[in-house]
Amino acid sequence: MSRRPISISIDRLRGKRPATGPARRLPGDERSCPHCQSHFRAEEMERNCYVCAVCDHHFGMTARQRLDHLAGGEPWEEIGGELRAADPLRFVDLEPYTERVRAAEAKGATEAMISAYLEIEGQPCVVSAMEFGFLGGSMGSVVGERFARAAEFAVARNVPLISVTSSGGARMQEGVLALMQMAKTIVALDELADARLPFVMVLAHPTTGGVWASFASLGDVTYAEPGALIAFSGPRVIEQTTHEKLPANFGLAERQFEHGHVDAVVDRRELPARLGRLLGILEQPPRDESQSLASQLAQNGSERAARMAQALPSLSRRLRGRPADATYHPSRGHSGS
Amino acid sequence: MSTPTASSGRGGRFVRRIAGRLAGSEAVPGDTWDAVLLARHQDRPYPLDYIARLMPDFEELHGDRLKGDDPAIVAGIGRYHGAPLAVIGQQKGRDAQDRAYRNFGMPSPEGYRKGMRLMDLCERLEIPLVTLIDTPGAFPGADAEERGQGGAIARSMLMMLRLRVPTVAVIIGEGSSGGALALGVADRVVMLENATYSVISPEGASAILWRDASKAKLAAAAFKPTAANCYRWGVADAVVPEPEGGAHSAHDEAARLLDGYLSRTIRELQALPLAERRRQRRERFRRLGAMREATSA
Ligand SMILES: [Zn+2]
Repeated sequence: MSRRPISISIDRLRGKRPATGPARRLPGDERSCPHCQSHFRAEEMERNCYVCAVCDHHFGMTARQRLDHLAGGEPWEEIGGELRAADPLRFVDLEPYTERVRAAEAKGATEAMISAYLEIEGQPCVVSAMEFGFLGGSMGSVVGERFARAAEFAVARNVPLISVTSSGGARMQEGVLALMQMAKTIVALDELADARLPFVMVLAHPTTGGVWASFASLGDVTYAEPGALIAFSGPRVIEQTTHEKLPANFGLAERQFEHGHVDAVVDRRELPARLGRLLGILEQPPRDESQSLASQLAQNGSERAARMAQALPSLSRRLRGRPADATYHPSRGHSGS
Repeated sequence: MSTPTASSGRGGRFVRRIAGRLAGSEAVPGDTWDAVLLARHQDRPYPLDYIARLMPDFEELHGDRLKGDDPAIVAGIGRYHGAPLAVIGQQKGRDAQDRAYRNFGMPSPEGYRKGMRLMDLCERLEIPLVTLIDTPGAFPGADAEERGQGGAIARSMLMMLRLRVPTVAVIIGEGSSGGALALGVADRVVMLENATYSVISPEGASAILWRDASKAKLAAAAFKPTAANCYRWGVADAVVPEPEGGAHSAHDEAARLLDGYLSRTIRELQALPLAERRRQRRERFRRLGAMREATSA
């Protein structure tokens, strides 16, 4: 992949930084690098995996772009794509939560995470990729559920789970139910661990709050993209609470590597190859059939049926107490659908 | 231990409001804010107050065996109804000096790691675990970040989820954010009548969502973090009553009421087969959430 500058803005050639006023409007999908002001056309951005060809700054990516990139342009199969946010608290801050959701959906994404079954460099796996553009990538009930279904799908297909995070943390507008999604992702990872399947984390900018304090911290192998902010409390909150002066590189991937919280900082352009190699290393040779998959899956199946039966009596009680505009999903076993 | 006679006069008003909340009536903003204040009442019993009343023989453990000891989390083992019981709790201080010493009940990674040390002990020695949750959140500090605050919370949840012994989490005051949930992944999650449980403190939400630090009351009303609502959402399995006027007005009685619930619940959990207990624990957290399905997906 070429690192030769593809296009450089006139301002940069003249050594001028753009005025700090309102950002210059760029035609169409063109983007300008916030670090070096280089200016790229949409197709140049895509060709270079949304990385600045001049200074290697990693731009944000939508979940779809991320999945396309990891799948090498091949199609992927979405898991739990029918799920949409509800408003259990009928929450209103500066505007109603339902309006925020509607505005976010109007931009094209259906939620802050897409889970999909795909192949990375020929290795089948499930990937849960987050969408920062959808309400700051915040984790509400749908994100928790899509993550859990991704893990269950991975168990059903006996393939590894990969997650690419980009999130400000829990979705406050869903209140304590958003908090509970942290625990839900932990349950999902425990089921993955029971099936002896690996979980690989890719921390993209930013990974903070309840996402970092739940599944994003629990990768068997954890990669981070260059310059990604990774923190439980963001720099602003820390400075306000403790009045500490933080170093400029606080919480950034490179510093998190120094402190032992990530295994490697990986350039996005090398990520598919790196993940493909890792999945290849982790692949188990075929096992003795007597104690393998078939018997395990049979066991899982009966356990799942018991779980669903268990959920039935509690259903009516839960529905009675629900807010009028929300639909609860106490049942499970949708994986694979 | 304080004698909260000065505040007992407010009890009648609170009780009436609480009765209204438990009856399922729609809370008005002032009510929710009262609940927040009550959950944080400085005379409310903290873990060591309950421990002193429920387990006269208690051995507190200190240190995470890595870096240090976090006074915001107390952890130890005590004798409870003729058997050993482990307790991990978030401890606040009552006077200015003690509050600073306990870091206002905001745990550091060392606190969660001390808790995990105790969970490991529970697992090996087959001792049930009770957690007592009362925190405005995990400590937001640069050092805490570098020592792995996020990972400590995540691992604490995972370890609790995997325990083979019975576990009960009790929100005794304010349960805010992942700092609270780190100790909340239990077989049974219960809230004291005047406790609150939320994704973030009202002050934090005010600054972030309203971009104005003075909107905490509005935030509290929007989050509806009361025990009654959490029970309705399935986040709490039960609401443990408090003495008339609130737990702060009668510590002995508050401990007695909690004792009644805890001793019965631990017995019930111990009667369940291990596989069933773990299945129920997973299922409990797996099903929580509210969402729609797109009609044509
Ligand atoms: Zn650049």
